[in-house]
Amino acid sequence: METLPPAESAVVQRIASDLKGRPGPLLEVLHAIQAALGYVPGAAVPIVAEVLNLSRAEVHGVVTFYHYFRRSRPGAHTVSVCQAEACQSMGAEALTAHARRRLGIDFHQTSADGRFSLEPIYCLGNCACSPAVMIDGRLYGRVTPERFDALVADGAASS
Amino acid sequence: MTTLVYVPADAGALSLGAGEVARAIAEEAARRRAAVKVVRNGSRGAYWLEPLIEVLTPRGRLAYGPVTTGDVAGLFNADFLDGGSHALSLGATEAIPWLKGQQRLTFERVGIIDPTSVADYVKHGGYQGLTRALSMEPAAIVQAITTSGLRGRGGAAFPTGIKWKTVLDQPAGQKYVTCNADEGDSGTFSDRMLMEGDPLALIEGMTIAGIAVGATEGYIYLRAEYPHALRALRTAIAAAHQARYLGSDVAGSGRRFDLEVRVGAGAYICGEETSMLESLEGRRGEVRVRPPLPAVKGLFGQPTIVNNVVTLASVPWILQHGAEAYASFGMGKSRGTLPIQLAGNIRRGGLVERAFGLTLRELLYDYGGGTATGKPIRAVQVGGPLGAYIPASQFDTAVDYEAFAGIGAMLGHGGIVVFDDSVDMARMARYAMEFCAIESCGKCTPCRIGSTRGVEVIDRILAGVDGERNVRLLEELCETMVQGSLCGLGGMAPFPVQSALKHFREDFRGRAK
Repeated sequence: METLPPAESAVVQRIASDLKGRPGPLLEVLHAIQAALGYVPGAAVPIVAEVLNLSRAEVHGVVTFYHYFRRSRPGAHTVSVCQAEACQSMGAEALTAHARRRLGIDFHQTSADGRFSLEPIYCLGNCACSPAVMIDGRLYGRVTPERFDALVADGAASS
Repeated sequence: MTTLVYVPADAGALSLGAGEVARAIAEEAARRRAAVKVVRNGSRGAYWLEPLIEVLTPRGRLAYGPVTTGDVAGLFNADFLDGGSHALSLGATEAIPWLKGQQRLTFERVGIIDPTSVADYVKHGGYQGLTRALSMEPAAIVQAITTSGLRGRGGAAFPTGIKWKTVLDQPAGQKYVTCNADEGDSGTFSDRMLMEGDPLALIEGMTIAGIAVGATEGYIYLRAEYPHALRALRTAIAAAHQARYLGSDVAGSGRRFDLEVRVGAGAYICGEETSMLESLEGRRGEVRVRPPLPAVKGLFGQPTIVNNVVTLASVPWILQHGAEAYASFGMGKSRGTLPIQLAGNIRRGGLVERAFGLTLRELLYDYGGGTATGKPIRAVQVGGPLGAYIPASQFDTAVDYEAFAGIGAMLGHGGIVVFDDSVDMARMARYAMEFCAIESCGKCTPCRIGSTRGVEVIDRILAGVDGERNVRLLEELCETMVQGSLCGLGGMAPFPVQSALKHFREDFRGRAK
């Protein structure tokens, strides 16, 4: 199994210890780890399991159940393109194809230069302004391929 | 004198540039030494006009939209701070026809107040419902909810009062109020708008629920895709604590109610109530077998109310104005109002709150103005990814739970996704199965395996392999999933497929790749 650098291992340990007293803490712990490290490393699982007094299988089961938890380090920018019906009705499929070409990666992949990760997402609640895209937690509506390129160029510039 | 300018901080408005517009207005005002205060309100829900900004003038609130940063200097030149005329002038906001005909009860303050301010909330009628509730016996509060006819707005439409009564009737002890804010259905955004635009209405509704059934703790289970709503809720909860509307002495009553937001992690199934409870407890969001009902044995094994955002946010209005007043809206067994969301390929999309009873046609054409692409509407999907596709021949159906059930459809959370005549209904059917396969919790076989087989069968039909036999197989598979699944995901994912087969059979012909 991969090992964590001591500093990251300490972060995981501290997060789990800080939150263990809360009711049903595991999702909270995983969210905090992902917020701190960008993902939930496999090597974090045994640490969390030990602190929360759960089996590794239980922790692994929760990490892998939820789409939101990443198990690999993300690119500098995470680009999520909505795939749900409302966005489909306004051309999400073509926008997705464009995004794949523009970034040179498929869903769940990170570009070789580490700048972008591309993810599918199922509804951003922006269905009256479809198609919708989220980049690093910022929401964009009525995204045309041209606007997508501009947003991604902005993102690249700010990294 | 300082002029108030309202620029929405609603996620949808921000997605169209409202943040940049707010900044540009503040900067332009500073440059011109104009005394302007920019208030970040929620959205009025007219997304086709967003970013829609408003100016408070002696003639009331006047609207301009859709505004881009490039329009800002021109607006100042046109003296918009004094309601000056401009190409983007929309007149008095309340008089915009799209808004004027609405019956906003639950959404009465959304887009109007500053959602971070308890004082503004109270000034617009907030916390009167709680004050009333605190003067009543718990059973009388529950009775008021029952009399109002309020049914679960999350989609299942179960009578809210009956749920509350079940929790009230459980022996005293730790009970919980949980809010299902896992609004995952495509085409829906009313929960998001409410949480961002009037979060205190939800907080007040949950507090009233706690007082009614004897629960001292509440949880809001919010989906991870809503970071703006998360910030709005946390800000509002802190403000309510500060103003002593939450905590150990709610509004000076000596009663305790505490509230916490928990964030989901991108699992559609967690909108199912038992799966949501599992997730709140920190586990995989696998559906529980019922009984026991959550009202008897819910969160951490304790009696628990599970209600949707709009359901709970409707409670303060009902307590403030009376159950009969709420029940006087609507038709048949669908009482009150429904915040309907017009989404997808629609010219004037957004939120329309109206009493039950208006027709799909009125919504799609009078409010919606037809498709955004200008082509004819071919189909609409109502009620999210598990909702049936409805053809134009059924557009005279009234917005009413029973009328929708009568045509084999469901109203669900009130989201309507519009498709023009370029839609390929076999592909939409395939997507319904694919989505179910991606989001299945895996606990029961019909859903876990059936959805994957469903995608494969539709692929064979589209490839022209044994078309007729595979269509029959698909129909049987749908029947198995409907009858045999543990919860609504596998049990309803076939609805869009079956309705596509029924109304758009011609799309299921084999085709060349």
